[in-house]
Amino acid sequence: MKNPQRSPTNPGSLRSRFTHVFLQSLLRIRKHNPTSSSSSPHREFLKRCSQVKVAAYVSMARAVGTRRAWSRATIWRARNGERRRNLLCRRCSKSNSRERSLGKKKKKKKKKKKRDNEEHGFAHEKKLQKLVPGGEAMDFCCLLDETAHYIKCLITQVKVMRSIADFYSL
Amino acid sequence: MSSRRSRSRQSSSSGISDDQIIDLVSKLQQLLPEIRNRRSDKVSAAKVLQETCNYIRSLHQEVDDLSERLSELLANSDSAQADVIRNLLMQ
Repeated sequence: MKNPQRSPTNPGSLRSRFTHVFLQSLLRIRKHNPTSSSSSPHREFLKRCSQVKVAAYVSMARAVGTRRAWSRATIWRARNGERRRNLLCRRCSKSNSRERSLGKKKKKKKKKKKRDNEEHGFAHEKKLQKLVPGGEAMDFCCLLDETAHYIKCLITQVKVMRSIADFYSL
Repeated sequence: MSSRRSRSRQSSSSGISDDQIIDLVSKLQQLLPEIRNRRSDKVSAAKVLQETCNYIRSLHQEVDDLSERLSELLANSDSAQADVIRNLLMQ
């Protein structure tokens, strides 16, 4: 029997670890993006927004460490995502947008058929796989386990971000 | 422990027992705010998965909104010293 008292996410230390790492990331973002006059302040704002968002997810993954598949996937994506983006971004964006618009139309038809056929609880498995980092490589059992842990960590992340935002806005 | 191991060996060849899935689905159910408030045991696995997807999406949306708010606050805050002090306080 699994020990029910075993809690890999000890909420006290996870929360403080995440807060520490995330605050350091925020300071770094602030240093590297000085709010001096620029030609496009809106672009600067969007860039900073996405940096903060990525920092939040990566900070939580780092606080969790490598013992969870979703945190490993997040850290891996962060390390390799920038390289991929720099290489492929401009060239593929146009072609990808065309492929996605075609793919979306095809996917809608497939979804309707799937709903008719699969009336078990596993019909939403693929949706869930896309939402949880690294989910596409997991079997159903692991996916459920990782999802439960991921949700707990997301809740902590949101609480800490909200308290930081409230603290800064005082 | 041994009884569960023997059960899993006897059940499907895929290696995942129904009991495990039921346990995991009920564990997820406890985390979802809507289903937890209803306090009904008669929630199908499909419903739990659907609510899980919706809940994760709403959490992602909250993270997006909070990131916007934080990046605005970062832009507006003047002193870097205040950041350092706050950082120390948070520790």
